[in-house]
Amino acid sequence: MNSPSEEMKITPGWDRDAMAHRVAQDIPDGAYVNLGIGMPEKVALHVPEGREVIYHTENGLLGMGPDPLPGEGDHELVNAGKKQITAIPGASYFHHADSFAMIRGGHIDICVLGAMQISATGDLANWSTGAVDAIPAVGGAMDLVAGVKTIFIITQHCTKNGDPKLVESCTYPLTGKAVVNRIFTDLAVIDVTPKGFSLVELAPGITLDEVREKTAATLIAPPSLIV
Amino acid sequence: MINKHVTSLAQAVADISDNDTVMIGGFGEAGSPIELIHALIDQGAKGLTVINNNTGSGHVGLAALIENRQVSKMICSFPRTANSTVFSDLYRSNSIELELVPQGTLAERIRAGGSGIPAFYTATASGTPLSEGKELRQFCGREYVMEHGLKADFALIKARCADRYGNLTYNKTARNFAPIMAMAAKTTIVQTSQQVELGDIPAETVVTPGIFVNRIVTVENPAQESQLVNEGQTYP
Repeated sequence: MNSPSEEMKITPGWDRDAMAHRVAQDIPDGAYVNLGIGMPEKVALHVPEGREVIYHTENGLLGMGPDPLPGEGDHELVNAGKKQITAIPGASYFHHADSFAMIRGGHIDICVLGAMQISATGDLANWSTGAVDAIPAVGGAMDLVAGVKTIFIITQHCTKNGDPKLVESCTYPLTGKAVVNRIFTDLAVIDVTPKGFSLVELAPGITLDEVREKTAATLIAPPSLIV
Repeated sequence: MINKHVTSLAQAVADISDNDTVMIGGFGEAGSPIELIHALIDQGAKGLTVINNNTGSGHVGLAALIENRQVSKMICSFPRTANSTVFSDLYRSNSIELELVPQGTLAERIRAGGSGIPAFYTATASGTPLSEGKELRQFCGREYVMEHGLKADFALIKARCADRYGNLTYNKTARNFAPIMAMAAKTTIVQTSQQVELGDIPAETVVTPGIFVNRIVTVENPAQESQLVNEGQTYP
């Protein structure tokens, strides 16, 4: 792993599926989980066999199943992204206030969301760039981060321009203050702790120095991960 | 004898007035009462404040109501739509007002409005731009934001089955905002796919009790918004 020639043989870091796979490992049997729109939806495809996980979609369904077969979808059975889905045996439907009582009342165990920025104190920005001409739209993101017990973030470590997403304090408008628990990026798994960002795991072929270089805040690393 | 069924869509929406507040059920196309919205376009009331999660798709349903310049203000959580620029064009030219509300706060404000609760505190939006200007209060060491209940003059919602008392059931995730909007409006107008006899909806299965419903109109085969959009249809 330390020899440059060996490093060339693998693509360092996790791709999108590997990131989703890594998140899924941290979802325990029996969990009630809400997956955000987009990349977080991939997590459902990677939950280890033998774990029973119930997916909540905030428009009003507990027990979301896989995508419908072609031609078998129902216009009135959709997820929060307004995509047609299915309901598993044992599913339940409910109205919006009950659905958000599940979220805001602390009944959902884990929520997986994307991010634009995460601060070292766990602030999350993921709904607006604050651009003047943008149409503001928030959906359920602020409810999820305020109410769900554990907030996981799945995101590329840096923006497309190479700017760090893990920062000392967010410059974009916040979705919630001190709400993020664990961050899964293409480079590492990182916890938000009272002392700031703390490394949990490095992706294959990634060094601590590289993650620190791409993180715009202090990154604590346990001795076992300092190579 | 109680019979809340009316015979036409036009009759159902006849008394909606200029400047009224109208809650419209639906989350995207699921549960959108398209035929009632189109009847409201035909009816022509203007200056409406509309409460819905979104701002509609294409040039039908809610998007058409907005495009027809009948809406002066939207209260919603997610006004951006991939396939419609109706709202965004008007918003950018300052021709429509927007009150942006987190989705769960929107639902709870409607539930509170229908339950005699004028205001409540929630942790949602604490520390964010959407709590600016609102009363904040600490409970058990955490900051909460005061939010007001929402009421409306009318609610337009879509049901699967309705009996003459106004007891309702819904279809899957088309339920979304309808039960709470029915509670929060002075007059709740329902379009139902099926009209059934009393007792056909078992008492244990009723989702919205008839007390929250005022008028029912039967629309046996309601249009699906996405199909109308795909066909490039416009209304009127």
